[in-house]
Amino acid sequence: MVQTTPLWEVFIRPRNGLSHKHVGSIHAADEVLALQAARDVYTRRGEGNSIWVVRSADIHASDPDQAAENFEPTADKIYRHPTFYEIPEEVGHM
Amino acid sequence: MYSQGLIGADGRTTESEEFLARFQARIDAEEKIEPTDAMPEGYRRTLVRQIGQHAHSEIVGMLPEGNWITRAPSLRRKAALLAKVQDEGGHGLYLYCAAETLGVSREEMTEELLSGKAKYSSIFNYPTLSWADIGIIGWLVDGAAIMNQIPLCRCSFGPYARAMIRVCKEESFHQRQGYELCMSLAFGTPEQKAMVQDALNRWWWPSIMMFGPHDADSQHSDQSMAWKIKRFSNDELRQKFIDATVPQAEYLGLTLPDPDLKWNEEKGGYDHGPIDWSEFWRVVKGQGPMARDRIKARKKAWDDGAWVREAALAHAEKRRARKMAAE
Ligand SMILES: [Fe+2]
Ligand SMILES: [Fe+2]
Ligand SMILES: [Fe+2]
Repeated sequence: MVQTTPLWEVFIRPRNGLSHKHVGSIHAADEVLALQAARDVYTRRGEGNSIWVVRSADIHASDPDQAAENFEPTADKIYRHPTFYEIPEEVGHM
Repeated sequence: MYSQGLIGADGRTTESEEFLARFQARIDAEEKIEPTDAMPEGYRRTLVRQIGQHAHSEIVGMLPEGNWITRAPSLRRKAALLAKVQDEGGHGLYLYCAAETLGVSREEMTEELLSGKAKYSSIFNYPTLSWADIGIIGWLVDGAAIMNQIPLCRCSFGPYARAMIRVCKEESFHQRQGYELCMSLAFGTPEQKAMVQDALNRWWWPSIMMFGPHDADSQHSDQSMAWKIKRFSNDELRQKFIDATVPQAEYLGLTLPDPDLKWNEEKGGYDHGPIDWSEFWRVVKGQGPMARDRIKARKKAWDDGAWVREAALAHAEKRRARKMAAE
C-alpha cells in the first residue's frame, strides 16, 4: 500500500484578540511540518499572528442532508430576537 | 445572566518583577492574553475564580425563572421565557469552556459550586414570588448584567472577552422581553400594577447590590483593573445602571423604593440611599431565602445526571473499541 501524507485543516487568528478562523487545508507528514507549511502557504501577507492545525480526519461535520431538521426550526422562533419586543424610544436604548 | 463584582478576588502573585513588568506591558498595549501565553499565577487564579463564578451564576440563574415556565400566562410569554432560560444555560456553557482553557476542569468547578466553596451572584438567592418577578428580573437583573458584561467584552483575557461578546448579543432580548412584560402589567389593571410595583420593591435593592461592595471596600479590585480584567469600578457601574433605570421606572409609572433617590445636578447622576451590606454578605454567604434550594436543585441535577454521563462515556469507549477492532 502506498503511504499517504495526511491532510490538515488550518486555522488562523487574523489579529490579536480575535478567534482563529478556518482558512483552508494543507498536506503534511506531522504537526511540525503542517505548521511550517501552513505558515508558508497561508500567511505570506500578514494574514495573522497565530496558526492552529488539526488533522482533517479529526473533524466531524454535521450531515448536510440533516441541515433542514438541524437549523430550520430556528427560523420561526422570532421571539428569540430583541426586535420582537416593542420598547418605546423614550426609555433609552435596551 | 450575570457577573457580580467578583467576590473574594486574590491577585497576589510571586513572579519576578521583570516578568510582571513584561506582562503588564502587553496588557497596557491592549494585547489579548491567550490560554497558552505566559501569565502571572495571580492573573490565572483571578480569572478562574471570576469566570467560574460567572458561569455558576448563569446556571443557578436558570432556577428562579425556570420556576415560572409552566405557569406563564400565555404561549407568547412562555416561549419567550423558555428561550431566555435556554440562553442562560448556553451562557453558562460558554463561560465554563473559557475557564477550562486555563486548566481547571468542569468537574472541579461543579464540585466547588455544590460544596459551597465557589460563589455565584447573590441575586439568585431570592425567591420569584409572582409572575411580575419575571418581568422585573429581565428588566433589572439582566439590565444590571448587561452593564457589567459590556466592559467585559474588552477584558484582557481572549477567551473570556470572546465569550462575553456572544453573551452580550443575546442579553438585549432578555432585558427587552422583561421590560415589555413590566409594561403590560404597569399599564394593565390596578391589581396588575400593584403586582409589578411589589416585585420592583423586592428586587430593586438586590439588583443594585449586584455590582458588589463600594469601591472603598472592595479588596483586590485595583489589581483586576491594572490587569484590565475589569474596566470600571463597582460604583461606576452601579451609577450607570441607576441613571439608566430611573427614567425607565418613571415611564412605567412605578416608584423605586428609595426615598433618598434624587437627581444630583453637579455630578450629572442620581444619588441613592444607603445599601444594606449586611444583607448582601448574608446572602453571598448562602443565607438568602432560597440559597439551600438552589444548591439542592443543582446537586439533584448533577446526581441524577451521573448515569447519563457515565453511559455516554461507556458508549463512546465501546464505539472506539469497535472501530479499532475493525481497522
Ligand atoms: Fe451573564
Ligand atoms: Fe440574561
Ligand atoms: Fe446570561
